[in-house]
Parts: sequence; C-alpha cells; structure tokens
Amino acid sequence: MTTRSLPRILGAALAGAVLVAILSIKLNAFRDYQIAEIAVEVTAVAGLTVLTGLSGQISLGNGAFMAIGAYTTALLQFHLNWPLIAVLVVAAAVTAVAGAIVGVAAARLYGPYLAGATLLLGVALPYLAYVYPGIFGGDQGLNVTYTAPGFLGVNFPLTRWQAWVCSAVALVTLVLLANLGRSRVGRNWRAVRDDEVAASLAGVNVARARVLAFVVSATCAGLAGALLAFITELVAPGAFTITLSIALLTGAVIGGLGSLLGAIWGSLVIVLVPTYATDVATSHGLSSSVASNIPVAAYGVVLILVMLIFPQGIQGGVQWLLGLVGISSARTGHTAATPGARPASGEVPSAPASQHEALSGRGVVPPGTPRLTRGGDPPEPQKKEGTQ
Amino acid sequence: MKRSTRLRVPAIAVVTTAALAVAACSSSSSPSSSSSPGSSSSPSSSSSAALTASAPGITATTITIGSHQPLTGPAAPGYSEIAPASAAYFAYVNANGGVYGRKIVYKYLDDAYNPTTTATVVRQLVLQDNVYAIFDGLGTPTHLAVESFLNAQKIPDVFVASGCDCWNQPSTDPETFGWQLDYIREGKILGQYVAKHFAGKKIGYFYQDDEFGMDGVKGLDDEIPHSMVVSRQTYVPTNVNIAPAVAALRASGAQVVVSFSIPAFTALLKLNGLKLGYSPTLVVSNVGSDPITLGGLLEAFAKQGGATVNGNQLTAGIITDGYLPTLGDTTNSWIALFKKVHDQYDAKAPFDGNVLYGEAVAYTFVQAMLMAGRNPTRADLVSAINAGMPQGPAVAPYAFSSTNHSGVTGAYIGVINNGVLVQEGSVLTTDTSATGPVTTYSGSEQPAPASGIPSP
Repeated sequence: MTTRSLPRILGAALAGAVLVAILSIKLNAFRDYQIAEIAVEVTAVAGLTVLTGLSGQISLGNGAFMAIGAYTTALLQFHLNWPLIAVLVVAAAVTAVAGAIVGVAAARLYGPYLAGATLLLGVALPYLAYVYPGIFGGDQGLNVTYTAPGFLGVNFPLTRWQAWVCSAVALVTLVLLANLGRSRVGRNWRAVRDDEVAASLAGVNVARARVLAFVVSATCAGLAGALLAFITELVAPGAFTITLSIALLTGAVIGGLGSLLGAIWGSLVIVLVPTYATDVATSHGLSSSVASNIPVAAYGVVLILVMLIFPQGIQGGVQWLLGLVGISSARTGHTAATPGARPASGEVPSAPASQHEALSGRGVVPPGTPRLTRGGDPPEPQKKEGTQ
Repeated sequence: MKRSTRLRVPAIAVVTTAALAVAACSSSSSPSSSSSPGSSSSPSSSSSAALTASAPGITATTITIGSHQPLTGPAAPGYSEIAPASAAYFAYVNANGGVYGRKIVYKYLDDAYNPTTTATVVRQLVLQDNVYAIFDGLGTPTHLAVESFLNAQKIPDVFVASGCDCWNQPSTDPETFGWQLDYIREGKILGQYVAKHFAGKKIGYFYQDDEFGMDGVKGLDDEIPHSMVVSRQTYVPTNVNIAPAVAALRASGAQVVVSFSIPAFTALLKLNGLKLGYSPTLVVSNVGSDPITLGGLLEAFAKQGGATVNGNQLTAGIITDGYLPTLGDTTNSWIALFKKVHDQYDAKAPFDGNVLYGEAVAYTFVQAMLMAGRNPTRADLVSAINAGMPQGPAVAPYAFSSTNHSGVTGAYIGVINNGVLVQEGSVLTTDTSATGPVTTYSGSEQPAPASGIPSP
C-alpha cells in the first residue's frame, strides 16, 4: 500500500528542503528568522491538525505543550548544557509523557467538554512559571543560547542555521505524520472519529487510539516549543498565553483541518500576515494607533474570508481551484513534487459524504493515491454535498 | 457522521471567538501624528568633514533607529503614547537642522508587551532594517528577551524604557543603558518618605511579580522597617483579577499601601479597594501614577462595570515621585519646550506624563548622538555615553560612566491633586546599594536650551 506514496512523500520533503535551503541563502537574515518561525508553527499546527482532523479530538491546550517543550529545552541547556539534538529528543519525550497523561483524561471527554478541559490546561500551565520563579525564572523567563556549529564558519548567520534546523525538524515531522496518517494507526483514528461503536466492533481499541493521537499531537507541540526556545533564545510565560493555543488551532482551520499541506498554509498566514500588514500600514504613513491595529485586524479579516470563501481551509480552496482548471491527478496518479502545485485526488465526487470527511484526511493521505486501495476509507469528494 | 458535526460546531465556534478576541484586542487610547519629518533642513553650519555612511543605519542624510513598543495589548494604555511623543521631538529636531544635518528616522514596532514578539520585531529591526541603534525599547520582560541578542550583535541599546536595575551591567552588557530613575533608587526614595511620614502605621505592599516590582520592594525594604510591613501582595500583568490581593491587604489592616504597578493595575487596585470599602493611603511608583492616564483608566474601567466615577477625584491624594519636572509647572523651561513640540507635532495625544517621558528621552538621545560626533560608528555612541552626560530634562543628574549604565539618580516626592502632580519638598538622590543614604540634591536643574535642541 505504501509502495507508491512513500517515495512521493519523501520527494516532496526533499523538494521542501531544497526550497528552504535556496530561500535561506537568497533572503536576508530576518527572512531566515521568519522561515524558522514558520517551521516552528508548521510543526505545532501539523500535530494539531492530525489530532483534530483525523482523530476527531480538539485541543485548546497545545500552547501548554509547547511551553513544556520550551522549558525542558531551557532547563537542559542552562543546567546541563546539552547539545541541541539531544535536547530536542528529550523535549519531545517529556511532552509525549505529558500528552499521554492529558490524553488519558481527554479520551473520556467529547466536543465542548474536551475543549474546556484542554483550555484549562492552556491557561493554567504557563502560570507555573510565576508560581515557581526559582526554577522557571518567573515573568522574565530563562535564556537559551545556541550558536551555529563551528564547521559552518564563524561568519555563518545564526538565523540561517536556525532556519535550517527548524525546517529540518518540521519536514521530518511532516513525513512521519503523513506516514502515520496512512498507516494502520491513521486508519484506526479515522474509524474512531467516524463511528466509535463501529470501530470498536471492528476490533479497534478506541481509547488507545484516542490517547495515541493526543500523544502524537503533544509531541509535535513539544518539539515546536523546543524550537521556539532555540530561535527566540528566551523562554518566558508571556509567549505561551492562551492566544498561542488559539493561534495554533486557527492555523489548522485556516489551512484546512486534517491536511498537512494545510498546516503549511496556515502557518504561512499566521507568521507572515501580521508582518506584511505592519509593513504596509507603516509605509502608508498611517498614524501609529491605526497602524498598530492593522495586523490584528488583517488577521481577523483573513480568518473571516477564509471561513466564508473556503470553509475547508486554504488547502480546500487550492484543490477546488485546481479542480476548476482541470488539473486532477485522480485518474492518472501523477503529481508534481512541489507542495503548491500538488493537485488532489478524488476531485470527482463519487459519493456524497459529510463535510467533515471532506475536511479531513486530505493531504495526510497523499493526493494521487488510488482511494480504493486504502482499506475501508470512504471516498473523499472535493465538494461536500448534503450537510451545510 | 454524528461525531463529525459535533466536533465541527465547537471548532468553528472556537475559531470565531478567537477572531473576535483578536479583533477586539485593546488598542491605544489616543491617535497621534506620525513622525514624518518636517520641512527640509539645512546642514549644520559648523561642518568640517563630509557626512558619510559611517555605520549601519547612518547615511549622509539619515540616522535610522528602531524600538519595540506596546502599541496594543495590556500595557498599551498610556505607554503607547511614548513612541509617538519621541517621534514628535525627532520631527522637531529634523525640522530644525537635524543631528549634524542628518534626519532621525524612528521606526518603532508593536510587540504587544509579549517577549516572543519582541524577539521577532527586534530581529526585524536589526537584521532587515539595519537600524543604527535600538532606542527606548519598552518593558522589563520584553527587553530582557533581546538584551543578549543586541549585545552579541554589538548594537547600541540605549535608554531602555524600564527602571530595572538589570540594564546596569556594563561588564556583561556593555551596549545597554538605562535612562529613567531605576526602581531600586525609586523604592528607597519612596520608602524613606513612608518611613518618615507614616511612622507607627501598618504598611502593605502591592507589586508586579517581576524585576520591576521586586527591585522596587528591594529599595522599599532598605528604608522601611520590616516590622511595619503587614502584607506583601503581588500581581501578574496577564491576570486582571486582583480582588484576592486587595482583600488580603484589607484583612491585614494596612493603612498605607505602596504600589509598584503599571497604570492599569494601579487603577484596578483603587477600584477593587472601593468595592470593598477600603481606601488606604496610596503610594505609587512613578510608572504607575501618571494622573491623566490613571484618571482616564479609572473612568474607563468603572464604566465597564456600569459605574460613573470622577478620575481626578479618585487619584487625589496619591503619593508618588517624579524625576522629570511636573507637567503643571508651566514656568519650567523644559515643560514649555516639550509642550511646544507636543502642540506642533503630537497634538492629538494628551500632554501627560507619557508624552513628557517620550520627548525627554528623545532629547537625551539627540544629546548623545551629538556627543558621538559627526560621523559616528556604533561604538562612538556607546563611548560618548560612557564618558558621562550633562544633566538634561531630569531633576537629578545621570549616573552614566564606563562602569555605571544606570540613568537618572534622583527624584522628588509629589502628591496628585485635581489631576495634577504637585511637588512636595526638594529633589532627593541616592544610589542602588542597601546602605547608601537618601540625600537632598544640592545641585540645581539645568534650563532647557533656547533652541530646544541640545548643543554638542
């Protein structure tokens, strides 16, 4: 089953790596920093989009998992001066454990109750930094200092190194998630999402599937948190407010819930829109009180527009547009390697399905994969029919 | 199928809520004019060498500097007026010959008082916009996020808008300089007043749980006997529910509350006290006591709660300190100068303590740039400040030297009356050590230059 799609995933990841490498060398140091920021966002949003889109659970607390990863990084670097790669692994492991604990509780909750419980986590956990300032440095936080490795030369820009590391982690995360989504684990998640009773009758351990999804999502968030500490050189509670958790969910929804490519779109929007809006606002000589509010307004407008025009997120919109111009690889299975040009399969609706099915799965399952070969998955038409 | 709709509804609801929350983000209260330079200037007459692009951010015609400011978010009320006020003073200088003929371009970006955002915007200013220096970066937790980055990059990091003693570390952070009266000195000056005037009374502390509050308390504890302090309550700026802290102060029977708080939390302290029928004498640090900002916040907060109050009435009697001349002192040459600049370039903003601060610190920057020479490198600016600076708009001299990077060294005690700060007694100076005495300043204030622009 994976014979054809795994090379395609790896090819796309490789293309992404080449793109990042070229961009990071062509662009200035600040753009490199933004690439790193986007990669951090992608890592976190990808985890969340899998949790919500595939396993059907919601989390408003992934910002807290990012905080766990970030503080783990800061403490390991500060006290033990561990190398970055070891710190990333441990930060991911620590957050995975935290995710398992939360996941056990979360597996018993649904819908708004789950949202409420994870919201509590997102709000409360960063407060520990204020409660134990001796360990976590209180409001001013902890400093994290990593320099670019010596073999790159003394004049190698730190931000380019940061862009490389973060993008590498993000791409590896995406590859693993894409693979996981198409594996038995991913099928179990979708089965549980669509009908728990049917899934358990079919032999799926529902509770385990739900907890596992939480662990995967938390691990991604923890990795993202560790990377955030690495690039901002600071871990402070002000960075992990509930706004962050909501921004992650926003990124997942804007991009297209359940779609890994959508996670990239969403991250681009979250990171770039405020910066561009600020640049535009200041370059037009608006008064500072107006200019300073343009970015948040632009963010809101983008959100509303995407929800109105592409309820399935940007990735859904991209696929719809590609469908309009007749680019579809559904029958041939040929796809381009670059994410932007990647068309989607299943463009021709073969059966009505719920909007949710249309929302989910796409992109996690590499487009172009013949649908019939994926055990038991319903066909996923591009346009929803029926529910509105 | 059922599950999927169940999930979708909350997800959409959550995101919609998020959009509203983001859109409803607090904005600065008053509009203000931008910093577009005025009429073209003529190069300084005392020119000897040609103007060159002597450092990043400096061209033959401009000096570009950057800053991070809380233009939105919890710290925006009041503080968002500071950068436009600085820009107004720079516009005045630009219109009157500039700095050796160069115009100052001041690019300040919003960090919403979030340290992670500060890290991003300062990197943008340094790595992309190539600013010559970071000027007046606002906030203790925010600026701490970039202090080591700026020092590693050797970017002059001058006149941080925070009284944290942490900017005074010339050996580890040689590029960073404070400017305003630091909170330890301020705590000592307020503490001495409290110990002297409220002997025998019960004292309570209310302070922000970070370097700002803790530095202030350190100074207070140097002067106020521990036996007098009956309660120590803290708040964090992200949590506006301070009712438990105020209730604890009330329960302790504190008759005087010394508050190291930002304006919004000074207002909340006052309003929460009123709700409980508790009105202790308030002694508030300078940064949290600007009468106009405070009065406005009190009225706005009360209105949100469905009540109408008179801001000036509620601020009356608050004891605080000031290191700049009082706004009401119209005979003071500095106030006259800054009022004139304000009226010309920043008239939409109220002429309050924040505007005065923004103009005064901008004046100090121009002074330092003139001392740095006609074609300064980044190091020249740091050296110029290390060589010491003459007393400017502040009522006490600066401490600047190569071994001391803290700024203003003293202040006077004042009481708010009818929305105006009234000076009480003379200017007091001290140092940051636990044993250093608080003494009356014997020197005199320097008048503002007639041109309004410092001389090199």
